[in-house]
Amino acid sequence: MESPLLQYLFRLGDDSLILGHRLSEWCSRAPMLEEDLALTNMALDHIGRAKMLLEYAASFEALGHSADDLAFGRDERHYYNLLMAEVPNGDFAVTMVRMFLFASFDVLRLEELGASHDEVLAGIAQKGVKESRYHRRHAADWIWRLGKGTDESHRRVQRALDALWPYTAEMFDMDDTERVLIEEGIGCDLHTLREIWKKDVSEVILNAGLTLPEDGYMHRGGRNGVHTEALGHIISEMNYGYNMMLA
Amino acid sequence: MAVLTEAQTEFFEAKIARDEKIEPRDPMPEGYRVHLIRQISQHAHSEVIGMQPEGNWVTRAPSLRAKLILLAKIQDECGHGLYLYSAAETLGISRDEMLAQLHAGKAKYSSIFNYPTLTWADIGAIGWLVDGAAIVNQVSLQRTSYGPYSRAMVRICKEESFHQRQGYEIMAQLMAGTRKQRAMAQDAMNRWWAPALMMFGPPDNDSPRSHDAFNWKIKRESNDTLRQRFIDKTVQQAEVIGLTIPDPDMKFNEATKHYDIGPLNWKEFYEVIKGNGPCNRQRMDHHIQVHEDGAWVREAAQKAMLNGHKPA
Repeated sequence: MESPLLQYLFRLGDDSLILGHRLSEWCSRAPMLEEDLALTNMALDHIGRAKMLLEYAASFEALGHSADDLAFGRDERHYYNLLMAEVPNGDFAVTMVRMFLFASFDVLRLEELGASHDEVLAGIAQKGVKESRYHRRHAADWIWRLGKGTDESHRRVQRALDALWPYTAEMFDMDDTERVLIEEGIGCDLHTLREIWKKDVSEVILNAGLTLPEDGYMHRGGRNGVHTEALGHIISEMNYGYNMMLA
Repeated sequence: MAVLTEAQTEFFEAKIARDEKIEPRDPMPEGYRVHLIRQISQHAHSEVIGMQPEGNWVTRAPSLRAKLILLAKIQDECGHGLYLYSAAETLGISRDEMLAQLHAGKAKYSSIFNYPTLTWADIGAIGWLVDGAAIVNQVSLQRTSYGPYSRAMVRICKEESFHQRQGYEIMAQLMAGTRKQRAMAQDAMNRWWAPALMMFGPPDNDSPRSHDAFNWKIKRESNDTLRQRFIDKTVQQAEVIGLTIPDPDMKFNEATKHYDIGPLNWKEFYEVIKGNGPCNRQRMDHHIQVHEDGAWVREAAQKAMLNGHKPA
């Protein structure tokens, strides 16, 4: 059984690893070179953060695994990222809406974790929050542009918002793992962040002339390793190079 | 474009003679401008198309570190592309026009990127050999006569040397690894060596546009000179990590103190340039498809800007 901190580092690390992977899939595929740079930049930030979190996890993981072993050596049921991170990129609107919804949450989470009693985690969060503020601003600008742009862009960004909204509740879910860490002053209380997040994203969405989706049925499972079908395909690709070098 | 007056021609030629940089607002012969647009846009297109064979391995890189370095490298190439398109724009052509020329097949890109990256070792070979060859060419171009192009080269060269080390590190790691990994590295070497040498262009006695380019000091050193410089430095690097140069005729020439090489397959080179390489169609289809898929995003951005609202 993994310790709460180890489990927590997997959750944070996998959010960044899997989202970073999705962002890296845009390489050479963006609508313009400037955006190729931005998407690669965000991919770099997240994969870099995953590396730091998994290196920290590896430093006290009992079996002596390296960060790479942890990143690429697990099976489908042992990744703990939010489902939202693994949703296929879709069109540019889906990618930007995901970035916006996730980064808006991530900024709040990292601001809290910056004050964690765990100094390593706090340090990673303090570095990460600066990156995520930029991600949020970049994505929010696009939500506005797409919302206010053409009929087609408006339709696409609204469709993306509607499709991704059911993945948002999971961001704020907490279980015993997280509660133990809150008591120890290591983790952060996600429940208190939800209202702040919703106010924040609503403002941008409404400003862009878009409709805020209803909080209907919500998808969950990533924190327990129960994923969408997309994850298996991500890891069969993502873990290929690592496995090849072991052979 | 108007023909230069006598005074303007004199001004241009005097600047070239004094080894001063020509700047965007200086008078310049039409042939000089056209030559530079062709060369700089081809250079920009090469950076951008080069993202495809390398991007092919981003999602499959064998370690977090390797993935980060590869991503950062591709991001650099993308930045070089942007920078070079901007340099070309100072000559009175837009990025859209350059992309249209690329898509119509009128503008070329380095034919090396029409070869596939089949294994992880190919990423090492590209960084080490392809970027290594590019650096030799670009270091020479730092002294090119057109100011914006020259300054772009100064900046780009700094990043390229990091790319070459990244590639060499991959090759060195594989050569220090298992038998299978060493074989993978040697196989990549075997496939990339000759195409990398041909990146410098045809032999000097068969290089059609060199004459003007030398007179205008756009080109400062010949294809064969640059190729030889690359060969001499790379042969030694290969030896250090135990890779064999795939050329049975290669030998050190005591008289010239250079390595002589066997014949290169220039027929293949010209076939690839004509569009018959293994990936020409794939690279161009990808670029056109992405450009078309992104049209609605660019239109939306334009429209939103014209609507005049400010982002929240």
